[in-house]
Amino acid sequence: MSDLEQFRAETRAWLAENCPEEMRDGDITAENQCWGGRQWEFQSDAQKRWFEAALAKGYTVPTWPKEYGGAGLTADEAKILDEERNRISARKPLSNFGISMLGPALLAFGTHEQKLMHLGAIARGEIRWCQGYSEPGAGSDLASLKTKCEDKGDHWLINGQKIWTSNADISDWIFCLVRTDFDAPKHKGITFILMDMASEGISVKPIILISGHSPFCETFFDDVKVPKAYGDGNLAVVGEVNRGWDVAKNLLVHERGMLGTMSPLRGATGPENLGGYAADAIGFDETGRLDDPSLRQKIAQAEIDDWAYNLTVERMNDEANAGNGLGAKSSMLKYAASELTKKGSQLRMDIGGTEAATIGPDGIEYGSLANTWLYNRAYSILGGTTEVQLNIISKRVLDLPSA
Amino acid sequence: MSLILTEEQEMLQDAANGFLTENAPVAAFREIRDSKNPDGFSRDLWKEMAAMGWAGIIVNEEYGGSEFGYVGAGVLAEQMGRNLTASPFFSTSVLGATAVQRYGTAKQKEQHLGAICDGSTLFALAVDEGPRHRPEHIEFTATPHGNGYKLSGAKTFVADGHVADKLIIAARTSGEARDPSGITLFLVDADAAAIERTHTPMIDSRNAANITVDDLEVTGDDILGEVDGGYEALEGILSAGRAVLGAEMSGSSQQAFDITTDYLKEREQFGQKIGSFQGLQHRAAHLATEIEMTKSAVLKSLQLLDDDFESASATCSMAKAKSGMTAQLSTQEAIQMHGGIGVTDEYDVGLYFKRVHVAQQMFGDAGFHADRLAKRSGY
Repeated sequence: MSDLEQFRAETRAWLAENCPEEMRDGDITAENQCWGGRQWEFQSDAQKRWFEAALAKGYTVPTWPKEYGGAGLTADEAKILDEERNRISARKPLSNFGISMLGPALLAFGTHEQKLMHLGAIARGEIRWCQGYSEPGAGSDLASLKTKCEDKGDHWLINGQKIWTSNADISDWIFCLVRTDFDAPKHKGITFILMDMASEGISVKPIILISGHSPFCETFFDDVKVPKAYGDGNLAVVGEVNRGWDVAKNLLVHERGMLGTMSPLRGATGPENLGGYAADAIGFDETGRLDDPSLRQKIAQAEIDDWAYNLTVERMNDEANAGNGLGAKSSMLKYAASELTKKGSQLRMDIGGTEAATIGPDGIEYGSLANTWLYNRAYSILGGTTEVQLNIISKRVLDLPSA
Repeated sequence: MSLILTEEQEMLQDAANGFLTENAPVAAFREIRDSKNPDGFSRDLWKEMAAMGWAGIIVNEEYGGSEFGYVGAGVLAEQMGRNLTASPFFSTSVLGATAVQRYGTAKQKEQHLGAICDGSTLFALAVDEGPRHRPEHIEFTATPHGNGYKLSGAKTFVADGHVADKLIIAARTSGEARDPSGITLFLVDADAAAIERTHTPMIDSRNAANITVDDLEVTGDDILGEVDGGYEALEGILSAGRAVLGAEMSGSSQQAFDITTDYLKEREQFGQKIGSFQGLQHRAAHLATEIEMTKSAVLKSLQLLDDDFESASATCSMAKAKSGMTAQLSTQEAIQMHGGIGVTDEYDVGLYFKRVHVAQQMFGDAGFHADRLAKRSGY
């Protein structure tokens, strides 16, 4: 038996023993996933047991080095772990922005001390992070951000505002882009900084969306003092002062990669496929076909696109593991996933007809078709709009000329 | 299995790319077209391809093949799609070889596979009986006669039927016109007196034939696969054909796209490179994304044919749908983004547009396969 075969056998046995039945429904949603953080309360005993078992093994962050709380798995091993986990439809034991976004950026740009402090806490689910990128005047044009960060000797002084900070109201720390030099060209005066959300001067206000609910918040910084360092070598700033754009770009690739690996047509409102949902809702004609030929054709086309998309995620992962990094191609996945997600929920609403357009006595019900459909409008905006992704593909993948 | 090519497959890809760019570029295809070459391809080139092991790409080594499997066949087809190479590869090395190797008797394999590998025998598959692909819809009859059958009927659009030495004919031995059961495959000599072949040149300048058969007497030895159970074999042959056509269209999509992006980087209008216009950039970026999706779909279907042939049908069907949609979009956009020059005969993109249209129609377009997916999924 090769080492990898051995690893697969061990992983399979470990999962069988340690992943509780209740965690094997395969349908991970924002509501049922384990986010971690100071305010986190496990939703069930099974969720807690699964988290603790994974943590003991380093499997909350399997590819991170052991000294930072991971299991130090190779790409091949990590793929096997994923495959075996998917085989039994096991949820991830822990998912959050610390794992998917900050972690990879710290691994690439952080000091050893920064990694020790922050990566360990992320791996153990102790700290939940949110992202302070967008500002009211700096959305798609992210680099025009204006949140001001001044050097006050032993500390940084921060004033300004962020927007669309997902889950800022329940997060413990924020990784943030701030402007440290207003005179430099706009990409050159930005710094990437980490701060505790409990710091004096930070306030948060949730944003209500057309869907009636949302994880988004506005975050305000009013004379916030951030220490230069949280201990020896453990600076608040990641990378160099005024060179935060490099860190930000690296992180955006991970964000797009993450957003791009959403499963567009599944999971959003239940595990069933679109065609099955339509068959239940609409019924069949006398030839046994869905009693709405135009909808039937649209659903089938969307399912083919969805299938090809999921294979592309798999292929790009395989290529990355073989040494061909995803780079700007993550924009292709982000673009395709967000458009397909919108298409899928639009089709669900069309199948549901007027029934799906009704709301309850307390407004749009959380988790309803309509709620999801409305919320999904945001996918082609957040994390860089569809238009921004197309610009990135044009310039960085296709090398088309600039105006 | 990883969704990437192995080192061996990559070497085959490089070799095919090198050989075809040099020996069968679009210019060679134009020459075949403009000289009204009655075969529609170069027999010398086909001999060379056979000598390199391409004609027997999916055939097992014991019969003289190179045993590269369907991924190997797809790798070649993709490069042929890039160069618009005309050859009997698809009809003989994919359809013919799949039919004989998977469904033939020991005697049939012995008799035909070697001849496929050395390029000496050309095959064609006769399925459709009307303008649209409907493989269950077979009226062509095989009536019991003595120890064998008499075949009669008509077939349309038999790709390479005009040059084939052997024909595989799907005929009805029982049941009604639209039944999948009751179909039997026959492997017959194409130059039999009872067979009349009418050469029907296609818009892509490849060649096909309409075929009428009038009381052709055949024996049990001419049956390929099971009597009345031929649909399963037909489905297997068509699956292989769909995946490989998908690979060919994927290559054509990529090539038409590459020609177009090169043009976008060179051509100036309004004092700027037209590739700097966002209206064109966004469409190009969308197309690049669709091409990536298509490559994944095609590779998956080819891998599945090698890995678990019987279960590959649905996947091949979806890959054909996806690659057809993308190829149509890619070649339409190629013409549009080129402007006027795109619709001239001297410019290549129009040739891709025409070939892709025929490949899209062959063995079912995207709508046909979407319908199959819906049926299979129960809606």
